[in-house]
Amino acid sequence: MACRTCLWLLGTAFFTCTVRLVVEGTEVGAPQGSHPEPGVVGSNHSQAGGGHGSSISGIQIVTFKWHHVEAPYLIALWILVAGVSKMVVELNHSLTSVIPESALLILIGWILGGIIYGAGKMQTFTLTPTVFFFYLLPQVILDAGYFMPNKLFFSNMGAILVYAVIGTCWNAATVGLGLWGCWLGGAMGDIDIGLLQFLLFGSLIAAVDPVAVIAVFEEVHVNEVLFIMVFGESLLNDGVTVVLFNVFDAFVSLGGAEIDAVEIIKGIISFFVVAFGGSLVGIIFALLISLLTRCTKNIQIIEPGFIFILGYLSYLTAEMLSLSAILSIVFCGICCQKYINANMDECSVTTVRYVMKVFANGSETIIFVFLGISAIDPAIWVWNTGFILLTLLFIFVFRFIGVFLLTWILNKYRLVPLEFIDQVVMSYGGLRGAVAYGLVAMLDENKFKEKNLMVSTTLIVVYFTVMLQGITMKPLVTWLKVKRAAVTELTLAEKIQNRTFDHMLVAIEDISGQIGHNYMRDKWHNFEERWLCWLLMKPSARKSRDYIFNIFHQLNLKDAMSYVKEGERRGSLAFVRNETKADVDFNKKFRASFSEIMPDIMADNMGPDHVPLSSILQDIVPSVCLDMHEQDLEMRESEDFNAHHLLQQHLYRGRKQHRHRYSRSHLETNKDENEVQEIFQRTMRSRLESFKSAKMGVAPAKKIQTKHQKKDKPQKMPNGNSTDKSKNHPYGDKDLEFSEGDCGSGGEAAGDLFPMRAYGVEAGIVNPAFMAEMDPMDNMQQMQQIPHVALLPQTLNSFDP
Amino acid sequence: MQETGFTPAHIVRLYDRFEALDKEKTGLLRPQDFGAINGLAMNPIGDRIIGAFFSPGQETVDFHSFVRILAHFRPEDKKRPKDPSMPEPVNSRTSKIKFAFQLYDQDKDGKISRAELLQVLRSMLEMQVTEEQLESIADRTIQEADLDKDDAISFEEFRKSLEKVNIDHKMSIRFLR
Repeated sequence: MACRTCLWLLGTAFFTCTVRLVVEGTEVGAPQGSHPEPGVVGSNHSQAGGGHGSSISGIQIVTFKWHHVEAPYLIALWILVAGVSKMVVELNHSLTSVIPESALLILIGWILGGIIYGAGKMQTFTLTPTVFFFYLLPQVILDAGYFMPNKLFFSNMGAILVYAVIGTCWNAATVGLGLWGCWLGGAMGDIDIGLLQFLLFGSLIAAVDPVAVIAVFEEVHVNEVLFIMVFGESLLNDGVTVVLFNVFDAFVSLGGAEIDAVEIIKGIISFFVVAFGGSLVGIIFALLISLLTRCTKNIQIIEPGFIFILGYLSYLTAEMLSLSAILSIVFCGICCQKYINANMDECSVTTVRYVMKVFANGSETIIFVFLGISAIDPAIWVWNTGFILLTLLFIFVFRFIGVFLLTWILNKYRLVPLEFIDQVVMSYGGLRGAVAYGLVAMLDENKFKEKNLMVSTTLIVVYFTVMLQGITMKPLVTWLKVKRAAVTELTLAEKIQNRTFDHMLVAIEDISGQIGHNYMRDKWHNFEERWLCWLLMKPSARKSRDYIFNIFHQLNLKDAMSYVKEGERRGSLAFVRNETKADVDFNKKFRASFSEIMPDIMADNMGPDHVPLSSILQDIVPSVCLDMHEQDLEMRESEDFNAHHLLQQHLYRGRKQHRHRYSRSHLETNKDENEVQEIFQRTMRSRLESFKSAKMGVAPAKKIQTKHQKKDKPQKMPNGNSTDKSKNHPYGDKDLEFSEGDCGSGGEAAGDLFPMRAYGVEAGIVNPAFMAEMDPMDNMQQMQQIPHVALLPQTLNSFDP
Repeated sequence: MQETGFTPAHIVRLYDRFEALDKEKTGLLRPQDFGAINGLAMNPIGDRIIGAFFSPGQETVDFHSFVRILAHFRPEDKKRPKDPSMPEPVNSRTSKIKFAFQLYDQDKDGKISRAELLQVLRSMLEMQVTEEQLESIADRTIQEADLDKDDAISFEEFRKSLEKVNIDHKMSIRFLR
């Protein structure tokens, strides 16, 4: 079945190619451009140059107006071909897990190029720099910026910058100088080239390519820090590349003699201007986008359009000002994510996300296919063994050296050192791609006599890195991580314990706050909360953002409160025992508020603990579960099998390392959202129940003195808690009543510390419980206390759940 | 802080975290401070972990205890000389296993009874698992691990059942190194 489909698709691909070629073939001596045929009556033969109708013998019922549609038709056809190639590539999943998609697409490009070459039509379809830089690259980078995990990115920003700037400069310098040295030594024979040209070549070949990196890392699961390092580096090094390229280009034009200290200083200054200027342009456009989406409440259907247009404009604006266009669009995406996700309607957010993926995927496919096709062009091929082999060697070796050197320096300042394996992966993952090719194709032939040599070398480098390194990356990573658990069947205890450990680790990570607090981060957070959110987010979005978590507790407490009131009203314990009435329908309520915050799901929030639920949920959602490699068991005994099977099916998966996996082709829809919801509900429910148990102890004790004598010792509330809140709520007297005095426990063992603690907390609860009636909007502060307060630890000796 | 083995830089960082958690600046942490960490609400055993920080009878945690508990999660020092006269460091394999054991053994009687195991299982399994299924899992688990057939898992049995597990890997957080 798959075979047939495969063949059918291949056939379609070939068919479309041949059609095109046939069509091309019919233009006999026609001018290159497409001129629309004048008038209704046209003729098949292109006499378009004249623009006048040729002599006709009669009315033509149907005409074949190829030139009328030539340009758009070809474009559309190529996009179709690229899409079909992608389909062909994806047919066999086991193939794509061994060979990355990008390599396969390049292969298809070769095949297509071969066909076109064979049909005698070379050079018509190549990846021209204009098309690449203006029409294909922006979407890819916008996609990268928009889906960037901000928290991770900014917390590793220092390291990323070091690699991007210093690393790229190092690569450029060493490759350039190395090649120059070898040229001087005669290893390359006689070519018309100079030091500056070598340096220029070095600078364009040095940059790690974001498109290629993503394409390969999609298959290889690495931990998120490593991923963000390579990914971030590949995006930010454009600033350096642009500067170096322009500077050396200018130097080459000037000629060697004109270079003096002034020029060099100008070069260095231009780096800062280009990099920061580009980022600034991006940030300005991000502000624009956010402001615009703030005002589009009435016309939500056009919101997605704004994002794309303004993103593209930021790219073009930076390009116009000769700043770094990639940096601009990256920062545009990074900065606007949060606000537009909050402001826009849920459907718009989904649209934007999905369309962005579509565009990015499409562009990437086209880029790789064309990279393949561009190779089949004899005109550009110049073979110089020395040059090519030395280039390959140098970029490989110097990348390793550079990464290890920089990491060694960085590790002195990092709290979490980068390990050896990480460094190897980072060095090996420094892939070059289409950006290098685009840059080299932009070179002026007159200045660079050896342009074709450079183009050929660049192509070979790209193929080498994308294909060879791409294919071997995964085996390398697996081989390096040699320590694996012995493939034996785990006992039940081990399985349970493994999972417990996972949850434990995640909890401890949360408690210990893996991302440390620091002054700058907090300041930024405060600034952002006060000013930016006010400016850039719709008022309704602002509110929902802050209070999602609190809404839940509001619901909790409303129910708890109504429960207590009922109890007071009825004045009997019999009611209290009946839990069902006062039970909170978590599902209904939670879902309702949950769906409101769906747009927020991808919103990322920098900052410590008071983050809204939305971003928590986004953080929490585990994207990859690593330990799915559990062996299938033989049926020992049916009981045993069932137990293992049950465990495998139903154990909660914890958050894993890969929660920030960026993927080109998969939207991170919250697959494990249900699990998270469920856990959350259960935790809340259990806390609520312990709260209720507190109430159960207190209410009767206070109001119905007669009925209940609780044995346990009265607990002193931490005074700080109660006095704080008792200040500002209307039900002062009731509050005091509840805050001091007896708290009964559920009658459980006094040794159990949980109920005691539960009541320690209770004082705080009471006040907000009554304050829940007040408009929650008014006291943000108070409501933020609620999470502490309502989150009682689970009473383990659960009383009648 | 010698016994925890943290470097001064780590201690500083942990202290910053402690202060950030301690919203009311009392110098002590209470359960609600932990409760405010939103990630814990999503964790099936989050509340148990919170409980582990508080010694029996205590309502508050001071910085010293906070660090001590976290020290359990430091990766093991491979090069530590095995000196029998010195007390077991907090992050040794045994101490880690003990910490895990105490999560189960809430009543601190040195054994994980069937009921306690059931509780843990209940919290870690999805809602759709029925009581009978739970009980059968618990039964089988105890059967596998319980060597002296007292229908409970003692610390030694617990440790034995985990002898093949790489505890250092599973119970360490890199950044606490």
